[in-house]
Amino acid sequence: MTSQTQPAIRFENVSKYFGNVRAVEQANLEIRDGEFFSLLGPSGSGKTTCLRMIAGFETPSSGHIYLYGQDVSNLPPYERDVNTVFQDYALFPHMSVGDNIAYGLMVKGVPKPERIKRVDEMLELVQLAGYADRKPSQLSGGQRQRVALARALINHPKVLLLDEPLGALDLKLRQQMQVELKAIQKRVGITFIFVTHDQEEALTMSDRIAVFNEGKIVQVGTPAEIYEHPATAFVAGFVGTSNLVDGEIAKRITGRETRFSIRPEKIHMGPADTKIEADSYSADGVVRDVVYLGLYTRYLVELSGGGDLVVVEQNLKTTSMDVLKVKGQPVRLHWKKEHIREVGGS
Amino acid sequence: MLQRLSTFLYQRPRLVLALLLGPPMLYMVVVYLGSLFILLINSFYYLEEFTGLIVREFTLRTYAQIFEPANRDIFVRTAGMAAAVTVADALIAFPLGYYIAKFASPRLKTWLIIAVTLPLWSSYLVRVYAWKLILAQEGILSWFINLLHLDGALNWLLSLPGIGGSSLALSPIGMFIVFVYIWLPYMIIPIQTALERVPASLLEASSDLGARPFQTFRTVILPLAFPGVVAGSIFTFSLTLGDFIVPLSLGNSKFFIGQAVYSYQGTAGNIPLAAAMTMGPVVIMIIYLLIARKLGAFDAL
Repeated sequence: MTSQTQPAIRFENVSKYFGNVRAVEQANLEIRDGEFFSLLGPSGSGKTTCLRMIAGFETPSSGHIYLYGQDVSNLPPYERDVNTVFQDYALFPHMSVGDNIAYGLMVKGVPKPERIKRVDEMLELVQLAGYADRKPSQLSGGQRQRVALARALINHPKVLLLDEPLGALDLKLRQQMQVELKAIQKRVGITFIFVTHDQEEALTMSDRIAVFNEGKIVQVGTPAEIYEHPATAFVAGFVGTSNLVDGEIAKRITGRETRFSIRPEKIHMGPADTKIEADSYSADGVVRDVVYLGLYTRYLVELSGGGDLVVVEQNLKTTSMDVLKVKGQPVRLHWKKEHIREVGGS
Repeated sequence: MLQRLSTFLYQRPRLVLALLLGPPMLYMVVVYLGSLFILLINSFYYLEEFTGLIVREFTLRTYAQIFEPANRDIFVRTAGMAAAVTVADALIAFPLGYYIAKFASPRLKTWLIIAVTLPLWSSYLVRVYAWKLILAQEGILSWFINLLHLDGALNWLLSLPGIGGSSLALSPIGMFIVFVYIWLPYMIIPIQTALERVPASLLEASSDLGARPFQTFRTVILPLAFPGVVAGSIFTFSLTLGDFIVPLSLGNSKFFIGQAVYSYQGTAGNIPLAAAMTMGPVVIMIIYLLIARKLGAFDAL
């Protein structure tokens, strides 16, 4: 089949304007067949608009969107082989769980016996067997989420779109659903496109991530690439926490004025007389603030020449009593030269 | 002092509730249900025909009179008109309500809702008389129909047995037009409110799952707007059932329930029969609501 060699979704110079407001500008993107792909960005960055254009709820102002090679830019949603899990789940309140899940088959005229059979399979898949006769209002948030997933998957879409589907769940349930979503995706083998503003979620679940900012795609890559090689200062700051150093301070540390980023967990903190190896950079300062977070402690270190760095250290041997004593102490920070990333403008 | 009063009340939520609900409940029970109850009692008395006096003892004789052919016709005629008006209002109101709820910009929405309710600001009597002039033989509507050379069609319509008449103003068709006009806002607003509560994502989900616009309309929009249609129809149906101004001002000499009640309790002095005939619409509405509940109209409330 040729469709297997085609990218699942291809954006070709896609822009979207709402009146004069630019939502997406010149987006180019390829999402591979069978991938778990995340669109990550702050609210208003254009990620949801991109998802809605794939679904067909919006049409691009210019450019083209291809679904396995077919130009779907102007097709209505009901003519696209793509299904969506909505942020508010959008379950039909007047229908039972079974009828909700069977909806896609019903509108296509699939006979009832087959519908019932396939609904049961789907309920099995999302671990809700026996819930077919309930009303959505009788379900918990997590259960509604599963029904929405089953309803979208029953059509065997080529691509499944998920619009911040875990946003309304509490942390525990959220982490459980992350694992489950990933397992379900492996089982059904469908391309999942996942919109989220939660970088941790994106890093946990995705094969690849596109990072959005102000309507533009600023970086596409695997979670490790994005985390370790952020393309811009925005990515460095948005994905994980990062120290950004530039100008005079950068020059004092590296000898160059080029802006660089350094992850807080890569920095080691030692006494003021720590010896520095040739493969490391260092900076001296005073601990201004200590935040004990159980698993780890976050330090804010004010550098002696101005500016500050955030340092994170795991509490392997230390207790809260130990770490809080560090406040006000002079320290020497050092980190391997290879851990800094020189980053561009925005 | 004021503070002590607040504390006193704060510690006695039941007393606060009683104070808040007391007056309206008193009004509801005494004035509203009380008058209905007196009506009910009166409907079980009867009018002694020779003396013209009301006999205050329990009898079903008055109710038996309702089933005499003349009175039965009044009921059938009125219920038929109410049903026709309700259907017509629903058909007109749905697209309007849908547009206001789902497409109009917030600004336009405000203006449209004002436009819909604007007629209610003026006296209903004045509007009925205005329509009497519009629909009259020499009225503006006839003039306009002549201008379009459709007078043949109008004459054909007026020649129809049962609903025709010598002019629009003097025919059941004219009454129908005026009823539809007068009660239309009572249908538009509930439908619009019901549709307003349907999240856009439900319509998107339906379309996303492969439903064409008409399928979405039939399987999602209509069922979710149904409680609104039922709420609206309760207004249009019951208001038409009980109205006596429109049948008095327009149409032919055939009676409607409201008119019959009006004349029985007035010149005829037959309060029991007037009361019994008033109970008629109450019973019809109860049956109507039971059917609506059976159809699931109140499930979403």
